[in-house]
Amino acid sequence: MHLPGGPTRNTKKNPAELNLTEPAPVRWFLTAIALAFLALFLFVPLAAVFVQALEKGTEAYLAAIAEPDAFAAVRLTLIAAAVSVPLNLVFGVAASWAIAKFDFPGKSLLITLIDIPFSVSPVISGLIFVLLFGLQGWFGEWLSANSIKIVFAVPGIILATVFVTFPFVARELIPLMQSQGRDEEEAALVLGAGGLKSFLRVTLPNIKWGVLYGVILCNARAMGEFGAVSVVSGHIRGATNTIPLHVEILYNEYNFTAAFAVASLLALLALVTLAVKSLAEWKVRQQISAE
Amino acid sequence: MGGRYAVLARSTCDLVRVTEREKHRMFNSAGKRNVLPGFGLTMGYTLLYVSLIVIIPLSAVFFKTASLSWEGFVEAVGSARVLASYRLTFGIALFAALLNSVFGLLSAWVLVRYRLPGKRIVDALVDLPFALPTAVAGITLATLYAPSGWLGRFLTPFGIKVAYTPLGILVAMTFIGLPFVVRTVQPVLEELETELEEAASCLGASRLQTFTRVIFPVLLPPLLTGFALAFARAVGEYGSIIFIAGNMPMVSEITPLLIITKLEQFDYAGATAIASVMLAASFLILFVVNILQWWSRRYSEK
Repeated sequence: MHLPGGPTRNTKKNPAELNLTEPAPVRWFLTAIALAFLALFLFVPLAAVFVQALEKGTEAYLAAIAEPDAFAAVRLTLIAAAVSVPLNLVFGVAASWAIAKFDFPGKSLLITLIDIPFSVSPVISGLIFVLLFGLQGWFGEWLSANSIKIVFAVPGIILATVFVTFPFVARELIPLMQSQGRDEEEAALVLGAGGLKSFLRVTLPNIKWGVLYGVILCNARAMGEFGAVSVVSGHIRGATNTIPLHVEILYNEYNFTAAFAVASLLALLALVTLAVKSLAEWKVRQQISAE
Repeated sequence: MGGRYAVLARSTCDLVRVTEREKHRMFNSAGKRNVLPGFGLTMGYTLLYVSLIVIIPLSAVFFKTASLSWEGFVEAVGSARVLASYRLTFGIALFAALLNSVFGLLSAWVLVRYRLPGKRIVDALVDLPFALPTAVAGITLATLYAPSGWLGRFLTPFGIKVAYTPLGILVAMTFIGLPFVVRTVQPVLEELETELEEAASCLGASRLQTFTRVIFPVLLPPLLTGFALAFARAVGEYGSIIFIAGNMPMVSEITPLLIITKLEQFDYAGATAIASVMLAASFLILFVVNILQWWSRRYSEK
């Protein structure tokens, strides 16, 4: 099999020299355009975040991050992620076990339902919780009678985050577990392991890279969610602002350096996410091809 | 790794290894029940969670909209400002998805077929719009394309304004849709058999003919899927766009922003009505994507 970069002269009379890739000038041209496009839309914005953040020096950078409101935003973001990621992890594992290891009618409908938060606008994701728990909502009167605040308070933010990050783990695990089939678990059962034991000792080691991949994506989305949380939060500084909302406030106050300083935290998280994602993807691909 | 049971299980598997298809045939014809435990528990939990988190909240939108009279609904979703926002949002999203299709196909081609130094890093960075929070993307793009920004300053002499105009919305929508086409086309391109190209070349096709007649038809289904996904994402996007858009009603106001504006004015019914239109559009796109994926599976299983 010829690799790209091989013979490009098209002498059709000689079957050994096949025309399997574009002539070199065309290759250079296409590569240049592709790289220009990717550079314009990926590299430049990524670099801009960090350059803008450090424009006024590292002291200003650290001061912006240590500021009390920023600190509160970081804490709230971490809480929202710490609640939604484990919840969605448990759900993802349960759902993919049910979907991948069993056959039942309505399976594609269930998979589509799980995919819904993925395709719904973030603003609508926040709106639905305002409709349910806001003052005019279905449960609004009951909640205010018992002075429970959900919308415009931390629980609402957590709910919205759970909704938008809901599909991530399941979406990764379902195809992975489907490609692994039922063989090994059934063999474990035959050998006398109970359900839980065969899950812990046989299934989990097989899906661990898929779980990592799903968790890291879920976490990135949980910490970075903006639209849905913006609708639900009430934007109360120091109380109901997550990191993305705090970035918005700083930016709208023309405090650009501080905005980018806080934003760079999220950009760093994105880079870590990408690195772990590449690693986990590679391992999962290894696993699937070894089946 | 994985302990005694895993090792034993795997070696038992090797002893009784049958192909997936044969196994299915075995089970279906023999009518055997699935012996794996835990169906009740996992299925029950799954259905409960999906109902609580997805079905009930979403149905609130439709019930609230249903409480509007027909005239009220039409007025809420058909007023001039709302229609302008539909035209803007869906129109620019379409254009952005087209841009992403062309350049995404090109990028996937270059990443799969050509040698590049640092290709692994470029490939990993393609997912940046996926991993980067939308607010960060929003303020970055707005700053870059502002008249005095790194990129905006090259365009100002030509009188081209990007920030705070629909052109800025196009830039933002292209950014967030970028990974979709690349990631749907890449696996198909990687698995493409070069035998087909070799055969075409043997039979006298020029490189361009080989591409248009042999390669491109195979890439069309994933390309369309990526296009639809990028379109759906761009239509619903909020955070990346509102910083660089002008947000002026009738000119550069996207529909998600209009929903939030109505919410802030406590016009819950109006906001919900517009949201239900957007939801209907999202479901339609989701349906189309499922059909496309079914089509491309059939195509590749020939």
